[in-house]
Amino acid sequence: MGLESALGEGFLTTRVDSLVNWARSNAVWPMPMGLACCAIEMMAFAGPKYDVSRFGSEVFRFSPRQSDLMIVAGWCTYKMSHAIRRIWDQMPDPKWCVAMGACASTGGMHRCYGVVQGVDNFLPVDAYISGCPPRPDAVINALMKIQDKIKTEHSVLLDT
Amino acid sequence: MNISSAHQKIIDDLKQQYPDDILEVTENRGDVLVRVSVDAIHNICQRLYDEYRFIYLVDIFGTDRFTSEDRFEVIYNIVSLRDQLRLFIKVRCEEEDPHVQTVTDIWKAANWQERQTYDMFGVIFDGHPDLRRVFLPEDFEYYPLRKEFPLLGVPGSIELPSTTPDTED
Amino acid sequence: MELENKLASKLQPTFFKKHQEAIYKSLEDKHTTVEVYEDDPLATHMVLNMGPQHPATHGVLRVILELDGEKIVKNKLDIGYLHRGIEKIAENKTYQEFMPYTDRTDYLSPYSNNVALCTAVEKIADIEVPERAQYIRMIGCELARISSHLLWLGTMVMDAGAVSFFIWTFREREKLYDIFDNFGGHRFTISHSRIGGVANDLTPDTVKMIKDWVVNFKKELVGWNKFLNKNRIFFDRNKDIGTITAEEGINIGLSGPNLRATGIAYDLRKIDPYCKYDEVDFEVPTRLEGDNLARYYCRMEEMTQSLRIIEQCFDKMKKGPIRANNAKQTYPSKDEVYYSMEGMIHDFMMTDTGVCPPAGMECYHAIEAPKGELGYYIQSDGTGHPWRLEIRSPSFANLQALEYILDGEMVADTVVLIGGLDPVMGDSDK
Repeated sequence: MGLESALGEGFLTTRVDSLVNWARSNAVWPMPMGLACCAIEMMAFAGPKYDVSRFGSEVFRFSPRQSDLMIVAGWCTYKMSHAIRRIWDQMPDPKWCVAMGACASTGGMHRCYGVVQGVDNFLPVDAYISGCPPRPDAVINALMKIQDKIKTEHSVLLDT
Repeated sequence: MNISSAHQKIIDDLKQQYPDDILEVTENRGDVLVRVSVDAIHNICQRLYDEYRFIYLVDIFGTDRFTSEDRFEVIYNIVSLRDQLRLFIKVRCEEEDPHVQTVTDIWKAANWQERQTYDMFGVIFDGHPDLRRVFLPEDFEYYPLRKEFPLLGVPGSIELPSTTPDTED
Repeated sequence: MELENKLASKLQPTFFKKHQEAIYKSLEDKHTTVEVYEDDPLATHMVLNMGPQHPATHGVLRVILELDGEKIVKNKLDIGYLHRGIEKIAENKTYQEFMPYTDRTDYLSPYSNNVALCTAVEKIADIEVPERAQYIRMIGCELARISSHLLWLGTMVMDAGAVSFFIWTFREREKLYDIFDNFGGHRFTISHSRIGGVANDLTPDTVKMIKDWVVNFKKELVGWNKFLNKNRIFFDRNKDIGTITAEEGINIGLSGPNLRATGIAYDLRKIDPYCKYDEVDFEVPTRLEGDNLARYYCRMEEMTQSLRIIEQCFDKMKKGPIRANNAKQTYPSKDEVYYSMEGMIHDFMMTDTGVCPPAGMECYHAIEAPKGELGYYIQSDGTGHPWRLEIRSPSFANLQALEYILDGEMVADTVVLIGGLDPVMGDSDK
């Protein structure tokens, strides 16, 4: 964003901010980290009935380099956690993370040796969705909350 | 205990061929379980495969009896398609150094099933082509399904990734 | 040895060092022959890691391929990325408390897993289930079978390239979700089966919904069959790919539609019937070729047969109780719980202690899940918690066959083969 680095703080940057934030929030490209049953609900969320492409999130990019939002859907085991962290690190800024379902948020019903009790033990999560599995409406609600979060960010200051 | 005649024929034949090795025969709601001694498991399985065409190995799994003697039990679940029979074979092995001979040369399906038993209980299968853990990483040092392993795991036994970004690439 | 130095020196794992080294070493040791590796990069084989996060591996499956150009020379599978240890959790829960965990093993067809646990516990504790409950369970199982095959169809054909199939099959799945929501309360992971029966009866609205859906779905199936059964591209991608003979299939432990595609008609609904399957009339689709196309045909036919079973169940179902009447074995009905003292006490005791099968009893029961033979082996010690509960998951055994099938195929067929075998990682990694 070369144009923004040339500008400092002030009235112009807030105008640019709101333009950039509007653009970013309406084109959030999710990267589905679909692990388990919540992945099926995530597929339904992308499916014809709870259509997510009307929010601009139609392209479910499986490549971390091309996405903004990582949706961790399903229980995360210790063995898988390293792969998830590596993929999170490969995503370019700005990026957000949604922990979908009870298992990703806190370990859910799986209180045992194999499951990480909450994906926020190693990832900075922005939105938690409860449910086992949550209805696709709940995932849309979380996406809208992430959109609200994006709209209030100081993008120019962060990028310089 | 009412064992069907088809099963009884097989058990009588096995008792004749291997008289010292068939230790116990039980029947529970139609399932016939035969406990054999550890040294004879390969020969008995080979005979069942050749003579009675038990060509389908459904499952191999272990149990922890939590007794001081003969702690672990490995159960084989085999099916004969020709006669449409299901038979369960059990062996018991001790806690110190549990070894059972592998049956991978008879049924290839035994490969991963024995790895699963090794992963969960620590039972070592002699002659297995590739005995590694199947569910947990090799770095893990415990055997989870043993009764003394706590449900929530041992803290620090398996590592979590770091929370700072990976700066090497 | 020189071979080990070549691969080990290129590996620099940052986590689970012993695990990565062990699996790459076992990849080298597979089919060991004497090979000479030279320093010319065009003469060596490339090791490609299709990692746990991949769009087409149907969950978290890791496949390590050694490639000679486009051909796969050797491959190894690494599973366990979804292992939670539910067999250990089962030792601390009562049988009814364990029901939601069974939903989440094979999460594409949760109803069948519930029925599998229920039938196993009913076998060991000798509980008799009333007729109407068995018919309701059959309807639920067959709807779950169709739901699982729909998702298989959508994802396999999407991986082969036809993306719009995914949208069509999900539209049908959404209608199925509405049906499950209507009688079960949840979209797919319903724990509708209770030990000794089912939770609640089918209302006339639900019956009408299911019947209308069945009529509509038959027309959809005709359209999809017309689209794919003579499609040149689909044939080229699937014919003679991943062929497995009947002897190999039985020896490697395959089950379900994968085994029936090789020619062996092993279907537990016919061989060892449970739940009134001996009173309905249906066929078991079998093919002889053993390739991916045969697996596709078997599953498509199975969906048609499932519709037949559902229609017959509606004809044969009579009014009656939906749960056994024994207070020590099943939950009392909600009317009894709210309006009588004994009902409330029985409800409390069932939740607290639960069903207690006789001590020392152990038995096994398997059902025909959409993926294959799903079996539960329960060892009881007389209390309400099982001493050992073992799940024989069909996807675990089917994935073992993938290691054999993939050797010799092209790397582009990996995706279609994983789709054709239809593994579910939650089921395989317990």
